[in-house]
Amino acid sequence: MNTITDAFHLALNLIWQFDAELMRIIGLSLRVSLSAVVIGSIIGLPLGAFLALARFPGRHACIVVLNASMGLPPVVVGLVVYLILSRSGPLGTFGWLFTAAGMVVAQVVLITPIVAALSRQVVADLWSEYEEQLRSLGLTRLGAIATLLWDGRFSLSTAVLAGFGRAIAEVGAIIIVGGNIAGVTRTMTTAISLETSRGDLALAMALGIVLLTIAITINAAATTLGNAARRAQGA
Amino acid sequence: MHAPASLLPLVLETVQYGINGQALIHGIDLEFHPGPPTLVLGPNGAGKSLLLRLCHGLISPTAGRVIWHGLAAQNPEALRFGQAMVFQKPVLLRRSVLANMLFPLKLRGLNAGIRFARAMEALERVGLTALAQRPARVLSGGEQQRLALARAWALGPQILFLDEPAAALDPNATRQVESIITDIAASGTKIVMTTHDLGQARRLAGDVIFLHHGRITERTPAGDFFAGPRSAAAQAFLNGDLVW
Repeated sequence: MNTITDAFHLALNLIWQFDAELMRIIGLSLRVSLSAVVIGSIIGLPLGAFLALARFPGRHACIVVLNASMGLPPVVVGLVVYLILSRSGPLGTFGWLFTAAGMVVAQVVLITPIVAALSRQVVADLWSEYEEQLRSLGLTRLGAIATLLWDGRFSLSTAVLAGFGRAIAEVGAIIIVGGNIAGVTRTMTTAISLETSRGDLALAMALGIVLLTIAITINAAATTLGNAARRAQGA
Repeated sequence: MHAPASLLPLVLETVQYGINGQALIHGIDLEFHPGPPTLVLGPNGAGKSLLLRLCHGLISPTAGRVIWHGLAAQNPEALRFGQAMVFQKPVLLRRSVLANMLFPLKLRGLNAGIRFARAMEALERVGLTALAQRPARVLSGGEQQRLALARAWALGPQILFLDEPAAALDPNATRQVESIITDIAASGTKIVMTTHDLGQARRLAGDVIFLHHGRITERTPAGDFFAGPRSAAAQAFLNGDLVW
């Protein structure tokens, strides 16, 4: 019990003092995960919309694979991205292994299927509501992608948030690809993992508190703003 | 606002439509020429909405042909953009009233100035100018349907299909919608419309098509139809004792 309360006090102290190491770790975490969400959404939203609207042989199989990929094990993704980014791998020339860029790649692989699968469902539902009207106005199925992504923006923000949640909380992939190098690729989750095993529970706890706070704050803010905007639009 | 050449007449040649082998529309022959509104009447499930969707091209006949005979119909783009439809429940984008008006005009490749002018002109004709910046989805049911009509009107269609456009509206909103429909017809657009409101049909119709069990039992000028329909089904329908 003492360990927990001591750790908690130390944690609050570190946060209160804006500990330099702590701030660097938080900054890197946010940078990596937000980059991954932006890239994952740029790929995942149109991909999901395409799978919702396009009709081609094998589409059903694609959707099954996509839905299954929402549960990709991070350590396996980490391993595969590690192999691809390693010196002898196909993307070895970039030198991204053990860098923030490499971690972004790994997280993009993890969250793109989440964003795509969730947005496919949103766009499919919206299409069934809009189909007759949009076709009447002269739009084709694939021509409707941009329209549906925009009109589904409130529901789609949930898909993007789900991707962010996965990215910011994930440790398995980035610890393999990034290597948890202090000051370079140490993020909140990899640091928690390391500090816990080293016995520095205070730093681990401080990071845990910050991680929880960030995750909850971003979700709460996005949900609140989204709901307000949704109500204003009557959507 | 009309293209110089016409899409009409629209001709249906023994058009059939069915789902899972069950025929819902049986061998319909029809022609639509420019002129006063044509009202499609019939009991629920007669196939009125299907007929409109077949004409508009939203569904394809399982047999028979839907042919546009006008000169302009050779051009696929003119065919696609020369017709419009308004549905019973208006489908509005999750955007402002004005954005809803501009959206289809942009699809038609008009430049921004013309789009805006046409949109505002149509909004004024339906009395929605003051609501232009309002999100479309928060409008009342009557305002939403007026917006849907304005959106279709701004496209200057040669033929406009209306599927029970006032079915869910109160009497006041219904009157406004009817007045807009009359104006659209007066501007030269051929109206083809379904309704189950006989009073409305009397007020708007130039001629009446009566549909029963997916078949046309008669097509008669409105005056003659309401004085005494030729088909037994329509007679029973007007008397309110059509047994389905």
